[in-house]
Amino acid sequence: MPFACIYVPNFPLAAALRAEPELQPRALAILEGKPPLETIIAVNEKAAGMGITSGMTKAQAELCAELALRPRSALQESAAHAALLDCAQSFSPCVEDAACDTALLDLAGMESLLGSLPEISRAIYSRAAALGLEANVAVASNPDAAVLAARGFAGVTVIPAGKEAEQLGPLPTEVLFVNHLQEDRREGDEKKAAARLLETLDRWGIRNLRGLAALPEVSLSERLGQEGLRLQQLARGAASRTLVPVEAPPVFEESVELEHSIVLLEPLAFLLNRLLEQICARLGSRALATQELRLTLELENFSALNRQSVINNQQFVRTLRLPLPMLDAKVFLKLLQLDLNAHPPGAPIVKIHLAAEPARPRSAQAGLFLPPSPEPEKLELTLARIAGLVGENKVGALELLDTHRPEGFRMRRFVAEVPRKSSKTPDVPEEPSIVTALRRFRPPLRAHVTLENGQPTHLVCQKKDVQGEVLWRAGPWRFSGDWWEREAWSRDEWDIALQNNALQNDALSNGDAISFCRLVHDLLGGGWFVEGTYD
Amino acid sequence: MSSAVVSTSAALGRPFVFDADADAEVRSLPVANRRDQAEAQESPIARILQSTIKNQQSKIPPARVTPASQLEIRPAPEMVSSGVPAIDALTGGLPRGCLTELCGPASSGRTTLLLAALAAATRRGEFCAVVDASDALDPQSAAAAGVDLERLLWVRCGEDLSRKKNSPRRPPSTPLRAGSGTEENGNQKEGGPISRSSLAREACPELVEWVGIFAQATFDDRTNSRQSEHRLEQVLRATDLLLESGGFGLIALDLGDLQPQAARHIPLTTWFRFRRAVEYTPTILLTVEQRPIAGSCSSLLLQLGPADRSAADPENTTPAHARLLTGLNINADLIRSRLDRKPARSVVFATKTAWAG
Repeated sequence: MPFACIYVPNFPLAAALRAEPELQPRALAILEGKPPLETIIAVNEKAAGMGITSGMTKAQAELCAELALRPRSALQESAAHAALLDCAQSFSPCVEDAACDTALLDLAGMESLLGSLPEISRAIYSRAAALGLEANVAVASNPDAAVLAARGFAGVTVIPAGKEAEQLGPLPTEVLFVNHLQEDRREGDEKKAAARLLETLDRWGIRNLRGLAALPEVSLSERLGQEGLRLQQLARGAASRTLVPVEAPPVFEESVELEHSIVLLEPLAFLLNRLLEQICARLGSRALATQELRLTLELENFSALNRQSVINNQQFVRTLRLPLPMLDAKVFLKLLQLDLNAHPPGAPIVKIHLAAEPARPRSAQAGLFLPPSPEPEKLELTLARIAGLVGENKVGALELLDTHRPEGFRMRRFVAEVPRKSSKTPDVPEEPSIVTALRRFRPPLRAHVTLENGQPTHLVCQKKDVQGEVLWRAGPWRFSGDWWEREAWSRDEWDIALQNNALQNDALSNGDAISFCRLVHDLLGGGWFVEGTYD
Repeated sequence: MSSAVVSTSAALGRPFVFDADADAEVRSLPVANRRDQAEAQESPIARILQSTIKNQQSKIPPARVTPASQLEIRPAPEMVSSGVPAIDALTGGLPRGCLTELCGPASSGRTTLLLAALAAATRRGEFCAVVDASDALDPQSAAAAGVDLERLLWVRCGEDLSRKKNSPRRPPSTPLRAGSGTEENGNQKEGGPISRSSLAREACPELVEWVGIFAQATFDDRTNSRQSEHRLEQVLRATDLLLESGGFGLIALDLGDLQPQAARHIPLTTWFRFRRAVEYTPTILLTVEQRPIAGSCSSLLLQLGPADRSAADPENTTPAHARLLTGLNINADLIRSRLDRKPARSVVFATKTAWAG
């Protein structure tokens, strides 16, 4: 039963590089501790070549001008750990979260799905790289051998079954104590015991796993006890255990803390792009998409209140809800940019947190003979741009409300996917008659109406096109409703034909400028209004 | 001269097929020059050159010149139903990938035709967009016309904020009651000094209302051009974005309430751009306006107007409450069509109101 291990060496450094990939070619060191007692805990190869080592103080490291120093970030590390688990879960449902930098996968049965073991290993390596992690991948017949190989060998390692001892032999004995020696994960006693064991083996002249594997078991047991035997089993690659699978929660969040606050949208967009790419890569590795993006910006001096956003403890939150699940970082970035343009945070930003709500990707295939429809991603961008132009509530689809109130409709989001209606009960008749349309004036035009025997005979309005002698009238038609609520309405409607004197001489009207209008008398508020023209 | 021309073209590797231009050039030369040429042609060097050129020409195949009769003809656009059978009979339908203009004054049936076209497009399963310059679309009319509202994108242009700020108008049947919300009513407070306007209102309420309406009209005239420009800018940019997005079966620009003077501010290049944007796409670009504004960019131009005014017969002595507006008779003139060369002709069709049954 093959197992794979994904190990990210120098994890704090890898997490920092994942958050800031542009630091890759530079010398980088990670600092930890409270100022001014910060010390270096991790360095990359370039920094090591410049003489920077772990344990140096910040003041010492700062003497090297080319060195980039970054504080250790728990947020970055947790995001990198989540990405590691996403990578593992994209290959196997049975994943053990062995450590923050190590994930174990059960590859049983995966060969028929994903190819041979070397192919799977290379695919895992590539997927981890795509998620911004430079990992070691090892495949062995038992989990512990895979872990040791991943920690000991760089790149991709595949150990054939039965050759574990031979392959693991050259590895130094330190690989057995990597976890124990890391200060932040183990208690002080365990660390001391591990250091003592390592010292003992070193004193015996045992420097690699081959030497430890060759020791007689009884003698080793007499001197080091059960721990010694366990270590020997590990060194032989013969230890056997079952995985403890974890179900990684579907949380897709990325954060970045900024040393210097951001005040412009352009650098913010640059950082958002990086976060979005990471989130999209993670979602993609789990074959998921997202329908909701939540951007939380922590602000430096929060003073300006923006009522449209949810504000909680100096945070500026914007939520981007999409009509359909999508997975396109560029589209998301543009939508967030447009949204932030319309609703700027109003203060410098010190921390960015981006979360995506996972959703199953849409599985729709357009028919060959169906009429074309707008692409959802393009359409969403277009709608966001138009909303920026005309206003958010001024673009969308119409929805009629179940009321007789005039203007009884509301705007809702326009989606280019309409659920198919059953063909048996069509809502729309096949060939409806040509219905006279009304062109509305919004708001209705206030008019002065001359009445004769209670009927309008002349109309004066602020719009020149809609005034003149009333040639013909039909009505009144009385409408009222919602009398049980504050927004009660009651009105008399007239359909009138107006002889428009203003347009009488217009060449377009040919001397016959008659327009049909809907005239409304508001019975509650008083006043006459021209509501629209029949056109 | 002729030989010189031939040699230059031969040096460039382009053998002549038609020498008509060169001959004409030679003919136009002065006589002295022709004599020089004749002498040059007779010289042995010229003869050698000519023979060399002829040899070279015989080796190079002449460039193929496609005769005009074999030029690729742009395929005729697909015509789809406009939703009005009479208009379909007149024009053959609305052309896809082209710009169609519907012109006419108020109550000429432009919006009715627009809604019919939208209904026909949504019945075909297409998505449509209306860029509404005056926010004039009536949802109830659209639904009654058979438009599938789920497939209709409505872009409502216009300034909302400025209206709210500047206008003391109040739509009918709002929660505001008389004396509680309008600016005029708010001026006179209890126990405060009586203003001149309140005295005038008491003396002649009708006069005050008239003055208010005319003052508002004057204000509107002043701000009208600015608002029109703003709306036009919104309309054009929104249309650009929609055309760029693609996938719509019909995109309609409703400029029906825009004054022709304001609509003429749209540069002709914009219409050329729109025409190019819809070309070779299945989108129908439809504009509704008072007068034609797109010039030669439109493939189809329909002028709409009332066929008769029998519906508004002032001699009708029936009481008003016994009358009913049952519909309009519309006359459609085909002013221009790039798609056929038939002479301009017209058609009349009748519309009926939603309550006419």
